[in-house]
Amino acid sequence: MASTIRVRATSSGENTEVQALVQHPMDSGYVKDAQGAIIPAHFIQQLTFEHGGKRVFVADWGPAVAKDPYVKFSFKGGQKGDDLKIGWVDNKGASDSTTAKIG
Amino acid sequence: MTRAAEAIDPVGDAKAFRDYFIKKFPKVKLEDFVNGPYSLNEDMRKQWEEKEEFPPYEFALDAGKEMFAKPFKNGKGYADCFPNGGIGIRQNYPYFDEKEGKVVTLELALNRCREANGEAPLSYVKDDMASLTAYMAFTSRGKPMNIKIPNDPRALDAYENGKRYFYTRRGQLNFSCANCHVQNPGERLRAEILAPALGILNAMPIYRSEWSGMGTISRRFMTCNSQTRAEPLEPQADEYRDLEYYLSYLSNGLPISGPGARP
Amino acid sequence: MTLSLDRSIVTRRLILRGAAAVALIGLGDLPLPALAAANDRYPEDAFKQKSDADAIKSLYGKSAEASDKVKLDAPEIAENGAVVPIAVTTTLEGVTSISFLVSENPNALAASYVIPEGTLPSVANRLKMQKTSNVIAIVEAGGKLYSATKEVKVTVGGCGG
Repeated sequence: MASTIRVRATSSGENTEVQALVQHPMDSGYVKDAQGAIIPAHFIQQLTFEHGGKRVFVADWGPAVAKDPYVKFSFKGGQKGDDLKIGWVDNKGASDSTTAKIG
Repeated sequence: MTRAAEAIDPVGDAKAFRDYFIKKFPKVKLEDFVNGPYSLNEDMRKQWEEKEEFPPYEFALDAGKEMFAKPFKNGKGYADCFPNGGIGIRQNYPYFDEKEGKVVTLELALNRCREANGEAPLSYVKDDMASLTAYMAFTSRGKPMNIKIPNDPRALDAYENGKRYFYTRRGQLNFSCANCHVQNPGERLRAEILAPALGILNAMPIYRSEWSGMGTISRRFMTCNSQTRAEPLEPQADEYRDLEYYLSYLSNGLPISGPGARP
Repeated sequence: MTLSLDRSIVTRRLILRGAAAVALIGLGDLPLPALAAANDRYPEDAFKQKSDADAIKSLYGKSAEASDKVKLDAPEIAENGAVVPIAVTTTLEGVTSISFLVSENPNALAASYVIPEGTLPSVANRLKMQKTSNVIAIVEAGGKLYSATKEVKVTVGGCGG
């Protein structure tokens, strides 16, 4: 099964810009379904990015982050061909991770 | 002024349609009309451009690509049903099928392909159909819309039927498509900014924030009907097919921009 | 290969079990640098707060001063409250954390980001806004808190209602 995490990491030589789009419902727990029952909260709580064994970014999310969440940030260093490890865990204990190459 | 007395003149219509929008929005580049409300509102455009950096339809697009490549149970695939293996052909749809005597849309063609190969048809409004058409639109991105009306009175009638639908008021709110998309593009209708009719289908299928998901041309026609409190027709009803034919023809020359994102 | 995720899950379980002093004591028992784990702890309590003031207090234990060095980029009118692109960047130095709050949401804290050394103090994300509200960006730099606020109008609410 394809990963839920899509990444675009590009090195400018000095910095690496990272964009991630993650497939996840990010249900807030405030919305009702067609039958009127509350759809339980189901959202990513933490998304972590690691490069060269060091964590370069941690996202702590609540249910107010949009569905199929997106985030963009940059860090110093990182070269074309390097690995970038990304992983998330949600409030139900599910998780996913992937390794992307910096381009 | 009877209908019989007027010659059906798609070429003249298309020119007049284009001229109308160019005159109404002189600052908008012709090809930008395919971006709907984003061509008319700066604040919204900026939000859209930020989202297009990594768009919400990305997952549907990937799913569509996979689905398109997967063979049917009988070993054949979508590529066998379409010219050029289905790649880079979206801009030719809908077309008038002279054998059948009716307009055939891309969505209809996809389901016919499935049924011809022993597969169950897909729902016309979302999910798999949206993913497939998203992928096919993507392979045609940038190509100019290229709808043909053969010199066949039935094709001209279908075109005219679509035009008639477009300009007829309906529903409790008594709106025609034209009331919103010809007379008031760029204006607010409740919370939405109305898209111009020129190029309006070029971005389909679309990921709508309102739907938190993808929707096809069928979905949009039906929900537009519901929103004006008119009875929605069945997906791929004759009127919808003809409407798609009419609107697409008027947008000839404008680039395919699908799949798209909208509020 | 273990990502720092694992540490967070463990620390979160400690917190849920009511280990109130985990920040100071409990982490010492874990096989990792206490400071790193403390920074990566999921701020469950802050996300539960209703008001932005309470969420900021829970998250940082101090209050913020407005600063024009914090540049908040948000639309005038959100095209749809379900997906509002919001970004912040700052010229402040020594940034360790960036957070986003939506005052009128049921729980004000939307997202909080750990900015380790070497990461630029700039984040773009997409948030849900239930209705017209102030959006507040908080930047923690050099141990102090700075903020920027912008009102974003929402006509189509983002919580699916």
